[in-house]
Amino acid sequence: MVTAGLGTMDRPGAEQVEVREAALREAWSAWPGVASGRHVPPPIKADVRSLSFWYGKVQAVKNVSIPIADRRVTALIGPSGCGKTTLLRCFNRMHDLYRNTRYEGQIVLHPSGTDIIDRGVNPIEMRMRIGMVFQKPNPFPKSIFENVAFGLRMKGFRGRSEIADRVEAAIRAAALWDEVSDRLRKPAYDLSGGQQQRLCIARALATEPEMVLFDEPTSALDPVATARIEELVQSLKERVTVLIVTHNMQQAGRVSDFTAFMYLGEMVEFDRTEKVFQNPGKQLTEQYISGRFG
Amino acid sequence: MVQPRDAAQAAKPVERSVPRADAAASMRFRRAVVDRAMQGVLGLAAASSIAVTLGIVYILISESVPFFRAVGLKTFLTDTMWTPQFAVPRYGIVPLLMGTLVTTMVALAVALPAGSIIAIWLSEFAPARLRETVKPVLELLAAVPTVVYGYFALLFVTPLLQRLWPDLPTFNMLGAGLVMGIMIIPYVSSLSEDAMRAVPMLLREGSFAVGGNKIVTATRVVFPAALSGIAAAYVLGISRAVGETMIVAVAAGQQPLILDPARPLDAMNPGQPGATITAFIVSVSLGDVQHGEIGYQAIFAAGLTLFVATLGFNVAGYLLRKRFRQAY
Repeated sequence: MVTAGLGTMDRPGAEQVEVREAALREAWSAWPGVASGRHVPPPIKADVRSLSFWYGKVQAVKNVSIPIADRRVTALIGPSGCGKTTLLRCFNRMHDLYRNTRYEGQIVLHPSGTDIIDRGVNPIEMRMRIGMVFQKPNPFPKSIFENVAFGLRMKGFRGRSEIADRVEAAIRAAALWDEVSDRLRKPAYDLSGGQQQRLCIARALATEPEMVLFDEPTSALDPVATARIEELVQSLKERVTVLIVTHNMQQAGRVSDFTAFMYLGEMVEFDRTEKVFQNPGKQLTEQYISGRFG
Repeated sequence: MVQPRDAAQAAKPVERSVPRADAAASMRFRRAVVDRAMQGVLGLAAASSIAVTLGIVYILISESVPFFRAVGLKTFLTDTMWTPQFAVPRYGIVPLLMGTLVTTMVALAVALPAGSIIAIWLSEFAPARLRETVKPVLELLAAVPTVVYGYFALLFVTPLLQRLWPDLPTFNMLGAGLVMGIMIIPYVSSLSEDAMRAVPMLLREGSFAVGGNKIVTATRVVFPAALSGIAAAYVLGISRAVGETMIVAVAAGQQPLILDPARPLDAMNPGQPGATITAFIVSVSLGDVQHGEIGYQAIFAAGLTLFVATLGFNVAGYLLRKRFRQAY
């Protein structure tokens, strides 16, 4: 079993740890509300600093800064067109696939300190470290096994038994093993929508990413399948950092530890989820949460 | 002026002159009439294509029945010679079928790989503007008259091949097949590209999201996802190759293969002259065969064979499409 390996990274030396911890303290100091009182914030996994993003001349993300806590679930909420999905897709440089797009600012990935959107960073390497699950299940036209093995093969794994072990671990982590263990060679399209989405989660987990992005992962699923995915998302945070975009505020409330509310490309409020939902600091947030617009 | 076929417009003047309920009823009536008439016209148009097909099948079968009475189905399928013009004519279809098979294989060996690679490039790599210029230019290949291709094979490609193999005969199936393959490329590439471009972006993003690069995404995700459409493109290519007439008639030499039962594989050598079913049919139509005699009826038997073969390919294509159809 390689489950233990999921979400772990190379161990830095002691002096580096000290420097990084200082950096973390400094990063959270920008968010005094989050760190105040009895709440001890976890280390920061990814630090979004003054990020802006343009589609051509249209600015979709405006000078956004958010800390993404390590091995916690952070939710991005906001009305349609507020830029939350655009922001999410900056994390794995998905926008690079399209012409005429432009990033500005930084997304620093800890502990390596890599700036994700730096031009010198290879987006393909970044995507192996940061997985993604999409709005609709999008399994490849391959067998269940090959769907999960796809990323491993991209990452250069060759050994048959090693790949098989890792595929099994990922499918187990996605709570799908019991349903598919006897038909791994069957086409992924034979699965139900909810199973396909969990397969896509397994596919994203197989390469042992440090972080997984979820882009409204339950918008195409029925309530029962949705509940399973939500449960799964919460269990994932033991091993990976999760960033989830959702339209559904109840979902954000159920699954996330931190919530960022976005509106018209700007980040309006970021805080612990219970704070955002019970006692929002901004009027706009309160109006959105209570369903007065959006 | 009021267009007579447009019921809504035609009814408008009436509406002012008569009481409302009547006007509405009359308009409904007119609409119903026009509706039925249009249905009839469209139905006839659709039926005419079926009627033509049925007519062709009827002629093929009715004209080949006397042939099969005289020659016998078993001889037709098992005799190793096709010599209708000889004093003692023999009617074995296998040499012609082999000719068709060999030229088709050569053509497909060119058209399927080239067409697929071009489709992948056009769909996944070419910038939009370049694609919009390359695609119509490529489709021009299919618009060149096939007789031109025939002479291109005979006068350009074969001499080129003869530099490599000096003992290649002037009329040979290799040159004809290669040129036929070039002709078929746009059929394969154009339809395959359409199928690949219909694959949703979401699937490509899924591949990129786990670290796939462009080549991997194109060949291992998009291509298999579009397989049902690509299979349809291949089947169309095969049908074109099997049915192609002028190129093989001009460049392959209209001389039926000689089958040696001791060395059956010799017939598979494309570096020799050969006649295909289509080439035989066209050669007979130019000659001095009398209507009603057996040599004349032989072309219908040959045509029927061709029809059955293409029908088989189309059914296979249909089954393939069904088998590989993806619900994205």
